[in-house]
Amino acid sequence: MIHCVLHDPDDSVAVVVVEGVTAGTTLTGLILDEDRTITVPCVQDIPIGHKVALKDLGVGDTVIKYGVDIGKVVAPIARGAHAHVHNIKTKRW
Amino acid sequence: MAIPSTFWGYRRENGRVGVRNHVVILPVDDLSNAACEAVANNIKGTMAIPHPYGRLQFGADLDLHFRTLIGTGANPNVAAVVVIGIEEQWTKRIVDAIAATGKPVTGFGIELHGDHDTIMRASKAAREYLQWASEKQRVQCELPELWVSTKCGESDTTSGCGANPTVGDAFDKLYDKGCTLVFGETSEITGGETIVAARCRDDGVRADFMRMFDRYQAMINRHKTSDLSDSQPTKGNIAGGLTTIEEKALGNIQKIGRKCVVDGVIDKAEVPTHAGLWFMDSSSAAAEMVTLCAASGFVVHFFPTGQGNVIGNPILPVIKICANPRTVRTMSEHVDVDTSGLLQREITMSEAGDKLLDMMFRTANGRLTAAEALGHREFVLTRLYESA
Repeated sequence: MIHCVLHDPDDSVAVVVVEGVTAGTTLTGLILDEDRTITVPCVQDIPIGHKVALKDLGVGDTVIKYGVDIGKVVAPIARGAHAHVHNIKTKRW
Repeated sequence: MAIPSTFWGYRRENGRVGVRNHVVILPVDDLSNAACEAVANNIKGTMAIPHPYGRLQFGADLDLHFRTLIGTGANPNVAAVVVIGIEEQWTKRIVDAIAATGKPVTGFGIELHGDHDTIMRASKAAREYLQWASEKQRVQCELPELWVSTKCGESDTTSGCGANPTVGDAFDKLYDKGCTLVFGETSEITGGETIVAARCRDDGVRADFMRMFDRYQAMINRHKTSDLSDSQPTKGNIAGGLTTIEEKALGNIQKIGRKCVVDGVIDKAEVPTHAGLWFMDSSSAAAEMVTLCAASGFVVHFFPTGQGNVIGNPILPVIKICANPRTVRTMSEHVDVDTSGLLQREITMSEAGDKLLDMMFRTANGRLTAAEALGHREFVLTRLYESA
């Protein structure tokens, strides 16, 4: 089963695409642009559609998705943790 | 899949091809909604398109009002139009512009007549139009005669990796066939503007696109009170996992595929002048943008969604595409094309695009979309500023 997908191999986050992902699960992630998979240990419950961090991210780091800048880290995010509005903000507006 | 080279449509007097055969009762202004709805109630099979505006607008805002109503009436999915306004002069302005397409259209002003007399006379015209239109037959039309628009809504992260690239794959294939295509949502390109700019045909188109993009950013910066995370992304987007406008935008622009080139830009409700992919400077609000697409002459719409937007349009069939397995399960009555298999690698992107194209042909040939079956007829006029 594919638990999460990412676009570019250098993306720092992946999207959870199944329901019921819980802490402790080893997630299989599909890299869409390369059609190969990776694994990441999940450390928090993450709802479908929400993102899991693929690496440790510190405050001020740029978050990469689609191989492109999607915002900045505003609270530390551990690899395998839930990455969303509580720890990432836009750089625009 | 070998893409069919023809579909069955209604060829109109000006040569354009529609895929629906509506007789529309079109109000010029809010005051005329009641009469239009009464006519549509009298003459079964006609459709009133009520809306809240049309009084004391001026300048560019009034021009857009007229352009949208005229474009709606002129759209080839419409066979004939009855226009009703509170007075005759603005009514005539809309009638004359629709009449330039060659299609049957008549206008009625309510002043000096009242609702009763207006409804009676307009109902007589509507009955004649409806019976005339009901004898129109579909004819075989060439694929490039199909104009296809796209705009997504209630997006989530599955939109960017599933439903939107499905549209992109289909757009790449339709572009190769010479179709006329449009996308827009100016604010929802924020963070992906350099990618879109790089896809523009030439420096002239690129400059036009960036001028529209920068103007919209300036408007947002003038009025904003926060980082817009109360509205853009929407609460539904955020519930679905989208975190920033940049992330939403990069998902959004998956809809223009990987190959097709942005051949030109249009202002709201303007009509493209040749085949290819067009960018329309537009709101990102679903019903506003879809209404503008219809007014620009598009006859089929691709609407990818993640969390489940239920939108439709009175005259433009809106095909919903969804790749979120939870939404497909919980809101199945709204979904025309399920591409959730993409996220489990059960189907390829090209197969997903083909699945959408198959539904596009079935829809063009007459199949009613989920939104049509459910009666979704959201018609929302874009306003530029306050009335006088």
